[in-house]
Amino acid sequence: MSIFEIIGAVFLLIGSIFLFLGGLGIFRMPDVYNRLQAGTKATTLGGMSLILGVGFLMVETNWAWMVKAIIIVIFIAFSNPISSHALARAMYKRKRYPIITSKDENMDAYREVNENEKKEEDA
Amino acid sequence: MREFTLNEKLERFILNWLLLMIVWIAFTTTFATEEVVIGLIVTLIISLLSVRMFTCCKISILAPKRIYYMIVYLFVFIIALIKANFDVARRVLTPSLPINPGIVKFKTRLKTDYSKMVLANSITLTPGTLSVDIIDDTFYIHWIEVKTTDPEKAYKDIAWQFEKILLKIF
Repeated sequence: MSIFEIIGAVFLLIGSIFLFLGGLGIFRMPDVYNRLQAGTKATTLGGMSLILGVGFLMVETNWAWMVKAIIIVIFIAFSNPISSHALARAMYKRKRYPIITSKDENMDAYREVNENEKKEEDA
Repeated sequence: MREFTLNEKLERFILNWLLLMIVWIAFTTTFATEEVVIGLIVTLIISLLSVRMFTCCKISILAPKRIYYMIVYLFVFIIALIKANFDVARRVLTPSLPINPGIVKFKTRLKTDYSKMVLANSITLTPGTLSVDIIDDTFYIHWIEVKTTDPEKAYKDIAWQFEKILLKIF
């Protein structure tokens, strides 16, 4: 086994561990927003390190794989948070408000914006 | 969207062409003449068509000082991403599920749309935060463990580490 294959295998292992933890997070968290929190972070780092791992495994046969892997990593880093942001915003507009465990009333700063919008629509 | 002057258009067009050409070479991973010529033609057409849409910055973004800060930003970002993953792992594996969620807001000092997008993306990938909406210069952030609802303190806690670098880039 060459050094690159070992590095690639380690990246694959790290990626799959984080993806597993992300899946567990989606299973355990109570509402959409917390699930997105767990899901986005885990899939970003997990997916990144899986793809980098594939790049390292193939780097001796064909170094072009590594360059392409890096481009895919950059695209993941840009597109993944955008999609989760779009999901979170859409859920709020559908009135699935986040679970709030504490007694503090100012915990949901986004509510007032949506209520103002609704008033404008009604008027 | 506002109209650009000819000079601005030219600047953005050249930057676009350069970036697309870099992506082309990275994908083909060869410097053979025919590949490069075809790449130049295709990226020229695309950047001509998209000069009003896919442009982020002026060509001065390639100044050495800004590129230095971009690399610094990259490292800060990767460290934050790894921290975020360990944070998620800790919360998920703790049997009592230690969360105290809520949505906080704060105002940013960034001006351009692209810098706000980069900041929002970074906030989503840092420990315990998820950007829900941006209205003008106000960010609404879902925080898995709210430490403060005060906008100024939230800004210091969540955004400052990225924004101080982004202010120097954009």
